[in-house]
Amino acid sequence: MFENLDQIFLLLRDWIAGFLPVFLRPLVGTVLGVVGIASVFPALFALTTVFERKGLARMQNRLGPNRVGPFGLLQPIADGVKSLTKEDVVPLSADGVVHFLAPLLLVVAVFMGFAVLPVGRNMVLVDLDCALLFYFAMGASSEVAVFMAGWSSRNKYSLLGAMRAVAQMISYEVVLLLSSVAVVMITGSMSLTRIVAAQNQYSGVLPHWYIFTPWGLAAFAMYAIAGTAETNRSPFDLPEGESELIAGYHTEYSGFKFALFFLGEYLGMFSISGLGVTLFLGGWSAPFSFLGWIPSWIWFFAKVMLSIFVFIWVRGTLPRLRQDQLMNFAWKFVLPFTLFNLLVTALWRFMGDGWLRWAVCSALLAAAYLLMARTGMRREQFTSRSYRYAE
Amino acid sequence: MNFVFWILAMLTLGSGLAAVALKNTVHCALALTGAFAGLAFLFLSLGAQFAGFAEILVYIGAVAILVVFAILLTRGSETPIGSVFSRHWFWGLVAAAAVFAVFGGAVLASVRVLPNVQAAPVAPVQAIGFALVGRYVLPLEILAVLLTAATIGAVIIALHELPQESLPQKEEQ
Amino acid sequence: MTPLAAYLLVAALLFAIGLAGALVRRNAILVLIGIELMLNAANLNFIAFWRYSPHPEALTGMMFAIFSIAVAAAEAAVGLALVIAIHRQLHTTDLDQMNRMKG
Repeated sequence: MFENLDQIFLLLRDWIAGFLPVFLRPLVGTVLGVVGIASVFPALFALTTVFERKGLARMQNRLGPNRVGPFGLLQPIADGVKSLTKEDVVPLSADGVVHFLAPLLLVVAVFMGFAVLPVGRNMVLVDLDCALLFYFAMGASSEVAVFMAGWSSRNKYSLLGAMRAVAQMISYEVVLLLSSVAVVMITGSMSLTRIVAAQNQYSGVLPHWYIFTPWGLAAFAMYAIAGTAETNRSPFDLPEGESELIAGYHTEYSGFKFALFFLGEYLGMFSISGLGVTLFLGGWSAPFSFLGWIPSWIWFFAKVMLSIFVFIWVRGTLPRLRQDQLMNFAWKFVLPFTLFNLLVTALWRFMGDGWLRWAVCSALLAAAYLLMARTGMRREQFTSRSYRYAE
Repeated sequence: MNFVFWILAMLTLGSGLAAVALKNTVHCALALTGAFAGLAFLFLSLGAQFAGFAEILVYIGAVAILVVFAILLTRGSETPIGSVFSRHWFWGLVAAAAVFAVFGGAVLASVRVLPNVQAAPVAPVQAIGFALVGRYVLPLEILAVLLTAATIGAVIIALHELPQESLPQKEEQ
Repeated sequence: MTPLAAYLLVAALLFAIGLAGALVRRNAILVLIGIELMLNAANLNFIAFWRYSPHPEALTGMMFAIFSIAVAAAEAAVGLALVIAIHRQLHTTDLDQMNRMKG
């Protein structure tokens, strides 16, 4: 019975496709998959906007939206109506075609990333051999859209925000790629379904998720930092910081185009969380072997919502990083540590199974962290009135 | 040939033409991005998945951004005074047309002797990985050295030099 | 016309367009754009020949295209750094005005 519940969406798809002639079935199956993705993730986006506003509000000792529905849960509907009916103001000197295409390109690039995420057992839209490369290629395409948005507005602040955003995204994309390469090295494949299958094993009760290994923990930490920076979330949200640059690269957008940027940002957050869950947290596999009866897609979405909660929590807690601090951090700490982590991953792979490789790899990573973070990042002498993290 | 190929070919060639013919430099760079995307889809239609996605990742994600940054750093986004085409544009076009005539003639004349096996090849990523560290390990290492040299060289060339103030004072004494 | 010939003609036309751009435009960056188009046309040629060749499992065409993509990225970086450095000296990127040896 639970196997049927696990595969319920596939069974539904096959039942609907069964009404049609044979030559149309693959096409209708794919279209149903696309409809599923295009409806579930924007619905999650709507839920997350209210979740975030309530969560941030509670962390800041206030209530958040509570007028529209019970506990403010219908707030996204009000926001949607507002953004659809607002006047679409385009500046006179703005570059019309590019200004129109930028939010479209951003949303298309972000949606494409969802096509390769394995949402449940056998539930992936396109099972590519080089799925991870495809995912990062789509992530890279969204940078061009950010630049287009900033430049076409013919506004100094938009351009500045766009340049900062693109520089930040390029720097942290390298880190994202290198952290994922550690996972590819151990699994031996770029296919996301095989990466999840490799983590879906249990020794006793405990799962073989990669986050529970020393190199996996380090890679996950770097991936989380880079993912936060890649989606321009706090504490890396200088490009869109309200107190700094008005609204950065989406200053001159109003109405539905702004809603598309907002959608693109949150979907990017889901996408990066989904990939992080797939690479390090075991994708759709259950945390303990005796919990395997709960459907796989419930585990995937539970883990993604947990990551979103951590994103919101970090946003409410940490102060924003300045642009030069952010870039320094990327190139002088995160990237060298990720490269060292690759070496440690290779060492892990070639040492045999046993307690020795756990001890050696953990010791190496801890030593590298202490060396690079505690001593390397320190720049000048600190007197009694200087603030260490602002130097 | 099939419909998809013609659409992709028109997209790529149109974007390429726009990339070299438009007046606004930033529009040219964006059309170049479109040409890269069209080429990546052509690679995918030929079954070279790794090359297609690598093209998107490297060209659209890095080279196009680099071109755009360079345009903005050299004030290329302002409208240029005078024509955007050089004085001897006619001979440039003649040279390009001659090159196309030679290539096109060579292809059409040798249609019968070109290899044309129709079975779709399979290029799993693992085979590419094994080839990179097996048969092609020397080009891989040389490429690594080249990329390091190019990175360091580009940074040094474009580095903002600090003004040399100590030298004239020494000569004065 | 066989499929291979069609791909080769598209690549040849793209190469000619890139060459025309490199020869005709005044801005140095547009010359680099033309060069990138030419490199990509050559890549398309390699992949088309790999696809329709009798031994695709040898992966020669694919490897060449991958290395060519990497080298083109490096070359674009160095070329654009040169353009930026020249702009800092001469305050222009117009190639018709870069006709003196003295910098």
